Amino acid sequence: MIEILVCNGYATVQDMGRPGFRHLGVPLSGALDPVFLQLANALVQNPPTAATIEMRLVGPRLHALTPVLIALTGSVDGRIESVDGDLRPADAWASHHLRTGDTLILGEVQGGVAYLAIAGGVDVPLVLGSRSTYARARFGGLEGRQLAIGDKIKIARCPEQLGEADALRDRELRLPDPPRLDRSPIRVLAGPQREHFTTLAWSRLTSEALVVSHQADRMGLRLNGLRLDHDPRYGADIVSEAVTPGAIQVPGDGRPIVLLADCQTVGGYPIIATVIGADLPRLGHALPGQALRFVEVDLRQALAARHQTAAELAARIASLRPSHSAFDADALYAANLIDGVIDANHAA
Amino acid sequence: MKPRLRDLGDTALTLELGDRVDVALNARVIAARDALGMLPGITDVVPTYCSLTVHYDPAILSRDELAENLCRAAELTLFQGTSVGTLAARWQIPVLFGGEHGPDLATVARATGRSESSVVETLCGAELAVFMIGFMPGFPYLGELPEGLRLPRRTTPRSDVPPHSVAIAGAQAAIYPWPSPGGWHLLGQTPLRMFDLDQPERPALLAAGDTVRFAPIGKHEFADLAAAVDAGELPRAKFLAT
Repeated sequence: MIEILVCNGYATVQDMGRPGFRHLGVPLSGALDPVFLQLANALVQNPPTAATIEMRLVGPRLHALTPVLIALTGSVDGRIESVDGDLRPADAWASHHLRTGDTLILGEVQGGVAYLAIAGGVDVPLVLGSRSTYARARFGGLEGRQLAIGDKIKIARCPEQLGEADALRDRELRLPDPPRLDRSPIRVLAGPQREHFTTLAWSRLTSEALVVSHQADRMGLRLNGLRLDHDPRYGADIVSEAVTPGAIQVPGDGRPIVLLADCQTVGGYPIIATVIGADLPRLGHALPGQALRFVEVDLRQALAARHQTAAELAARIASLRPSHSAFDADALYAANLIDGVIDANHAA
Repeated sequence: MKPRLRDLGDTALTLELGDRVDVALNARVIAARDALGMLPGITDVVPTYCSLTVHYDPAILSRDELAENLCRAAELTLFQGTSVGTLAARWQIPVLFGGEHGPDLATVARATGRSESSVVETLCGAELAVFMIGFMPGFPYLGELPEGLRLPRRTTPRSDVPPHSVAIAGAQAAIYPWPSPGGWHLLGQTPLRMFDLDQPERPALLAAGDTVRFAPIGKHEFADLAAAVDAGELPRAKFLAT
């Protein structure tokens, strides 16, 4: 179990989301970056669907009430302070053991969103098949809200080693080649109401930069910098129909909104374009003031990108290495080199 | 209008049967939903006013196979007409009208040139279709209202509509499951929960394709029903019309 000591950012419990209830108005929710979520879970040997803590703005300060193994993914670094006051670093893209009484102090989340996984998974009740927080209707996660000071977070499946911090230390893993944030244009498909917009609006969307405004949360990002005009024959309203994360809808003022994980299930604004699934995690990392560019692709390219993302994730999970093992590949490699030098000397 | 397919990104496909709010058109959407059935790889099937959107996992179900099935479902609705499917339920929803529970009843009466009791009577005399669920979990869009009750939205939306409020605007009615901002006219309140996580099989009381008739109740009955709902002693089936 861990306790939240300080929480100045926006931290919520998230997993892979809550599909299957959108016909009842229940949003998909789930991690803004499912790839980072799955990597965090892999670093503590959780199943990919285990619930983690999604962190935005700045990470919390946590106190270990029992020995735990945690992992960080994303642009966030931390340090671990022991009861005696000893400090050790807690880098991202690695797992770290905490002894009872240790404090994990996390810094600023620079890439927009980062994840903290706990071996065994965050234990909150399953609500409609998911542990993801949906704050607007106050369900899922911890009491349907963001984490706050004094919250105690239980661990779902206690590993048998619990109680032995040294055994947890031996399970620490690291990811040698972490994913880098992609700054290339975000790939979009023509949206269901593409023809409701002028050709100028479409060419501007796919060639000029838009800027993320301060109206940015888990429901969506409002974008500034370009006005996308509706074709006057259609106007700015449609009969409400289903929407999905990644849809770029444009209300009457011409300022687009990109929908994210917690978006409503239906909407009444025309959708000019839809971000492909493979690039959707990148929207979760977008910060106010950041410029975004979009480029058109077709469905075949979207599917190819989806396969590539899945293959890269699998390769990264396969590349995880123990942080301390005597059989660490780097250590063996170094040892062989030294042996080789010694042998050469003997031969001479 | 001829049915059209539109891709909503690489994980959703929308079958569009028309472009207006219309009971008969919505009934065809519901019939298409019932005809489609569940294919492996479909995650959500979302009926709206005049479209049916299917969210799918392209690693399991190809877009073309889904498109074929959606087209077949659309064709079936033309042959089967718009008969209401077996999945639909007819609900009788108890409502306490006026006073603090329906703060806009007097305004609506004045604006429509009726007495308050005539507004209630006219509303309760109509059988309303559940066009779709959206905006918030369990929020039903109901219609169409009798002509004499149709008003534009309030000029100033409320920031806090109380949960369970029954509201009207234009040709539509709705019931708010949660506290929320809203610009519709509030006529009353139901003691029933529109969204209940204690019923995980179907947390929303209403589903698209159901029909709703409002039934006026008094203060005492409202209090009794509300207490029974809180105690979990009120089966939903009690409010199915026979």
